[in-house]
Formats: sequence, C-alpha cells, structure tokens
Amino acid sequence: MNGFFKPHRIVLLAIGLGIVAWCAVALNWSWLSTPKYLDVLPLAIWRTIWLTVVTMLLGMAFAIPLGFAQAAGPAYLAVPARIYCSIIRGTPLLLQLWLLYYGIGSLFPQFPWIKDSFMWPILRQAWPYAVLALTLSVAGYEGEVMRGAFKGVPGGQLEAARAMGMPRFTIFRRIWLPQALHRALPTIGGETVLQMKSTPLVATITVVDIYSLAKRVTQDTFIVYEPLLLLALVYMILAGMIVLLFKWFEAQIPARTA
Amino acid sequence: MLAPLMAASAAELLAWSPPGWGATLIVGLGKTVLIAAGAYALGLFIGVLGAFGKLYGGPITKDLLAVYTTLVRAVPELVLLLLITFAAKDAINAVLRSNGFEPVDFSGVVAGIIVLGVVQGAYSTEVLRGAILSVPAGQIEAGRAMGMSPMKIAQRITLPLMTLAAVPGLANLWLTVTKDTALLAVIGFIELTKATSLAAGTTKSFLTFYLAAGVLYLALSLVSGAVFSRIERWARRGQRNAGGGGV
Repeated sequence: MNGFFKPHRIVLLAIGLGIVAWCAVALNWSWLSTPKYLDVLPLAIWRTIWLTVVTMLLGMAFAIPLGFAQAAGPAYLAVPARIYCSIIRGTPLLLQLWLLYYGIGSLFPQFPWIKDSFMWPILRQAWPYAVLALTLSVAGYEGEVMRGAFKGVPGGQLEAARAMGMPRFTIFRRIWLPQALHRALPTIGGETVLQMKSTPLVATITVVDIYSLAKRVTQDTFIVYEPLLLLALVYMILAGMIVLLFKWFEAQIPARTA
Repeated sequence: MLAPLMAASAAELLAWSPPGWGATLIVGLGKTVLIAAGAYALGLFIGVLGAFGKLYGGPITKDLLAVYTTLVRAVPELVLLLLITFAAKDAINAVLRSNGFEPVDFSGVVAGIIVLGVVQGAYSTEVLRGAILSVPAGQIEAGRAMGMSPMKIAQRITLPLMTLAAVPGLANLWLTVTKDTALLAVIGFIELTKATSLAAGTTKSFLTFYLAAGVLYLALSLVSGAVFSRIERWARRGQRNAGGGGV
C-alpha cells in the first residue's frame, strides 16, 4: 500500500474526492428520496444483476456445444456453429433485440393457436425477449472463446485419458471441459462485464432495469446529469464486483504456473 | 402459402425509390460507416497519445489516463454516450452563447463521431499500449543510443514495429465501433438502426426491415474482416513463418 500513496496521488485523490463531494452537495438529488423512485431502486438493480447472471449462465450452456462443435466436431456441426457465431458477432445486439421483440414478437398475435396456448401470457411480456436476445448474443461471443479454449487443451492430456481407457464422454467431462473452462476463465470474466454493460439495452423494449428507472426520472423531472451519474456509479460497482468474483474463482482452481 | 406474398411485399418495401425504403436504409448505412470511421480515427488519435502517455508520461498523466480507461471500460457505452452527448451539447452551447452565437442542434454526424470517439479512445489506448510493449526494448534503446529524439523514435521504430501486434486488436475495435453506432439510435441519431426502426414503424413490417438491416450490418462486418486480414498479411510481410491470421 505504501507504493500507492505517492504525493501526487494524494493530491489527485483529494481532487477526486472534492469532485465527488461537490456532486453530492451541489447537484440535485432530491428525486432520490421520493418513494416513487426509491422503492423501485433495489428491484431495478436486482433486475440488472439477474439479467446478467441468468443470460450468462444460459449463454455458457449454449456456448460450450457451439465451441466444441467448432473445435472438434464434424463439418456438418462445425460449419453451422461458425455461421451462427459470425452472424451474432457481425450484427449489433440492439438490432438483434429489436428483431426478436418487434419482428418476431409482432408475428405471434396473428396465429390464434399461439394466442390461445398456455405460452401466451409469457410471450406477450417483454422480458422473455430480453433474456433470449442477451443469451443468444453472449452464446455467439462465448462460443468463439470456448472454441479457442477447447483447441488450447494440450493433446497429451486427451491422449493420456484415452490410453487410460476412459470413455469419450468421461474424457470430455473430466479432462477436456474443465481444462478448457480454466483456460477461458479470465476471458469469461471480461465477457461478463461486457454482458452487464449490454443489459441497459433491454430498457428499449420496456423491461424495467436500473437504466430505464434513471431514464424515467429524467423524463419526469427533467433532471439530466444526476440519474446518469448514479447509473455510472452503480455500473462501476457492479463491474468491480464481477472482477473481484472472477479473481476469487481463479484463485479457487489450483494451477501450476511454470 | 404465405411465402410468395411475403417475398413480393418485401421486394416492394425494400425498393429503392420512395414507396420503398431501400434508399433510406442505404443512406443510414452510409451514415453508420461515416460515424464509425470518424469515431475510429478519433479513437486512434486519442489511443496513440494515451498509449504513449501511459507508458512514458509523468506520474500524473499516467494516473489520469488510468482513470479514463477504467471509467470508460466499466460503464455501459449507452450511459457514456448519453453523458457525453449532454455534456458536449451544454458545453458547446454555453461557449456559443457567451460569444453571442445562436445555440446549435448537437445531433449530426460530427456529434456522433465525437461521442463514440471518446469511448473508443479508451479501448484504443489499451490495445496500442499492449502493442508498444511488444516492441523489443533493445530496438528503442538502440534508437536512443543513436541520439534520436523521442518523436523520431516513435515515428521510425516504435510505430512501424508495433503495427503487427496492434492489427488484430484494432480490427476487433473497428468491428466493435460499427456495432456501437447502433447505440446512437437510442439517443436519436439517424443511422442504420434508427432508419430501420423508422421504416419498420411506418410500414409495420418489422421483420422484413430488421432482417434487411441485419444483412447490411453483416455485410459490413464481413467486408471489414476481409480488409483487415489483408492488412494483417501486409503488416506481416518480411516476417518469418508468415501465414495464418485473419479475423
């Protein structure tokens, strides 16, 4: 810690704290204490966290077969997987989200059998489309990461497993997948931050997260900067938490560093 | 049964002249490319300065740049774009008003370039910093020993040698910035995504237009990918065991 507190840094920290204090005192935070916004705030933050975690987990579950098909699968699986990853990575997430919600979602009411089915109460809400779009998107990016990770596992490890007479699925479950995940873990941590930063896009299809709450404050009160600064603060804290969490994850896995 | 009907109406909707919206989409694509290219160039300019500042700058420069890159990379682009748009709009209009000019509408191509470029600069800084670090220290020391000025070392040794290491990262950044321009649609800039949503909202043919825009974005990425793998091959020239690469 001694190396951190150099004289110039203390001055910079003081200036930084001064700016924060000025923001806290001079700006208009009165809206924050109105129950209309304060009561929704924890729920809205929770939505953002929930979306990040759920779509990341679902996306990973989808990305592992996508990556494996590209790294070791036959051509009839590898080619579609590669095309899928290219399409997802080649188009903006916002467009994918709007395509699913406005494009596909607007087709459903035409079909009476969908309108009468038990799925309709779910399909007419916005959040399933948000979850689907975020999941498909992160799966495309992670599929590419997992492809590299599967390819990076040393061949000797797999040969050793084969020589021990392990069945193919056991090799995958006990050797290939764990080592690939270990390799990919730092990248996945970075991608989780990126995923968290993509969640505000769901506000454009009427899902209420922390971003759309801030936008509502601006619309109601014409206060522009304060909600945005609060948003930036919340997202920075969340990003910091994700980074720490993945650091902890990486520390849990015993690794031999040469 | 529905397919021929859909195809006919899609062809009509995407026709070039006014009843169709083809021209609107292509103009939107042009704006997207223009904003992306401008923001990319501004980001590279900030990135070169930022990377050299982070590596060779004084302690205060280094710390301020660390704050810049950390902040920009931890906060969603959408929030940053809104903050920068409002801040830039207020700052420009305050300057104009104090000099007796009329306030301007800050929502054109130039505004998009500034807003995205500032965000892009943080990512460029990190990519270029990594690339500079890949230049063997002996090369730079040799330059210093020959009595070259820091500017000359940058121009003759560091920049040419770091190109190869920088190309893959910079290619990724270009693909990111073309997709990030879509975020400007949320703020109200007219580019491809906004043009598409206007066309889709007017005609109620959401699927047709979003698919068409998706094809345009995909074509842009594929063409960019091909161009960058060319550039990488060019940057690799004269290297042993050339080959591989590509985006």
